[in-house]
Amino acid sequence: MLNNLTDEKIAFLTEKAKEIRISIIEMLVSAGSGHSAGPLGMADIFTALYFYILRHNPKDPFWEERDRLILSNGHINPVLYATLAHVGYFPVKELLTLRKFGTRLQGHPHREFLPILETSSGPLGSGLSQAVGMAIADRMDKGKTSDRFFYCMLGDGELDEGQNWEAIMLAGKERLGNLIAIVDRNNIQIDGYTEDVMPLDSLTHKFEAFGWHAEEIDGHNFSSIIEAVGRAQAVFDGPSVIIARTIPGKGVSFMEKDYKWHGNPPGTDIPGEPPKDEQAKIALHDLRTLGGQIKSEHE
Amino acid sequence: MINSSQKLNPKLFDKKVEQVPIRQGFGEGLLEAGEKNPKVVGLCADLKESTKMNLFADKFPERFVEIGVAEQNLASVASGMAAMGKIPFISSYAMFSPGRNWEQIRTTICYNDRPVVIAGSHAGVSVGPDGGTHQAIEDLAITRVIPNMVVFSPCDHIEAKKITLASAELGKPAYIRLAREKTPVITTMDTPFEVGKGQIFYGEEKGKADVGIVATGALVYKALKVAEKLKGDGISAKVLNISTIKPLDNESVINLAKTCGAIVSVEEHQIAGGLGSAVVECLSQNYPVPQEFIGVKDLFGQSGKQDELLEHYEMGENHILNACKKVIGRKNS
Repeated sequence: MLNNLTDEKIAFLTEKAKEIRISIIEMLVSAGSGHSAGPLGMADIFTALYFYILRHNPKDPFWEERDRLILSNGHINPVLYATLAHVGYFPVKELLTLRKFGTRLQGHPHREFLPILETSSGPLGSGLSQAVGMAIADRMDKGKTSDRFFYCMLGDGELDEGQNWEAIMLAGKERLGNLIAIVDRNNIQIDGYTEDVMPLDSLTHKFEAFGWHAEEIDGHNFSSIIEAVGRAQAVFDGPSVIIARTIPGKGVSFMEKDYKWHGNPPGTDIPGEPPKDEQAKIALHDLRTLGGQIKSEHE
Repeated sequence: MINSSQKLNPKLFDKKVEQVPIRQGFGEGLLEAGEKNPKVVGLCADLKESTKMNLFADKFPERFVEIGVAEQNLASVASGMAAMGKIPFISSYAMFSPGRNWEQIRTTICYNDRPVVIAGSHAGVSVGPDGGTHQAIEDLAITRVIPNMVVFSPCDHIEAKKITLASAELGKPAYIRLAREKTPVITTMDTPFEVGKGQIFYGEEKGKADVGIVATGALVYKALKVAEKLKGDGISAKVLNISTIKPLDNESVINLAKTCGAIVSVEEHQIAGGLGSAVVECLSQNYPVPQEFIGVKDLFGQSGKQDELLEHYEMGENHILNACKKVIGRKNS
């Protein structure tokens, strides 16, 4: 399925990712709090997964044979919610309830409120362990020929958590060919740049040392994303990790590559940034006109 | 006198009463649960012999996962397996699981309401020579405070086996507190057991008595011996065994308070947050009576022999006996 990527399909995915980024900005502005940089940076990868790679069915969310996507860095959930809505799991207008009382879209994902989620997350470092457990259970039931895949989305900053390395060790030991981790390597975390807060490089060498197939890609290039997942699926005797180089805040000029937007929504007073009342407008303008490809009917 | 309807061990008060480690019952119960249900899986953090999970692992190696010394991973991997329809049992020392991995248990197991059963062995100061780092005396407090969690504390290996079998069918997160050392056998396979139900082991269920002892775990045996001693002094006591700490059997606890008017809680655990706290949370809202607490008084454990430590931390038979007399005095003053 992953080998017939056409130019038309790439154009479709590009359009979807832009719609998702616009939704992310709109929902964060409506919520008044939440994380901006990570969701925008991961929009292309989530689009590629839900609109092309994953075997899933929005009309039958609990289909047993579906691939599982486990979001470990729960704080980037605006991108998960926006993608789920745009792919048809719930109405796009529900996105504006993010973080509000009574919402299904809790500030960090909670299965009790939104049961179509594979897990709840927020406290960092435990998603990969859960994905490993799911992959082990799958192999117990279906043997090594299982064609279900378990995708775990990780932040780079969250790899500071020691539990990840417990899980990485176990996945290598168990040779989990049905497990594919994708690391959002955007080089920022709340307190600054990852290499200043706690150096992570070289991530590929670290994973390889634990028995993983590892490769680095451009996380904004749909061909690269889809081809890398295809290679990871082909590695059946061990787990794979894709280190996706992404630009935090991708698509919004004043947010890109700036760690100050890790944990803040548009509309926050930050010295050196655009006035808070104009941030949302600038962000939406950037997204709607990016490359001249997006219609800007709300200008 | 012993409540005959509970069909307890007839040789309960013999000097050579049979003694078996409580953790043994967990091992046997898990093996039987595994035979009954292929969804049952076992995960261990490098302590499968100590926690008696080896009985299951040897019989079902394809359903056993050795996680290594990594208790945080242990809890979350189990959560993931439960998400795929398995019924995972995880075992380690109570100090490390649920001690080391409390947040993983809260978020990945309980917040998701996954039916993972956490067996914490070597609970209490009775672990002895290993010292305070290995003596979990906070485990009931930290588990009972988490929503969705069911908390068990069996009094002997037979009750531990029944609890383990019942846990496999709960469909809820559960914690089972286990002790390492040999413990007098109180119950029999014929003793009634129901999740969430306390049992009057000593005295008549509906009759009145001077004092009601509510006890859990291995110290239930000492509570029974104290009740027998008090009888010799002309004091009547009832002993309520509580093996499900949460949800607490409020009805039995309230009934004990109503029929005795004075309560002594007995547990090998910090007084803060344990059984005694659960009992007073219930009674203060429903039927407040004077209560004395047997348990650890905001201290860490240390090396020593089991009996030396129980004496030092004021959980011996004499301490229970004196607490009974004291609380009767408070009731009558």
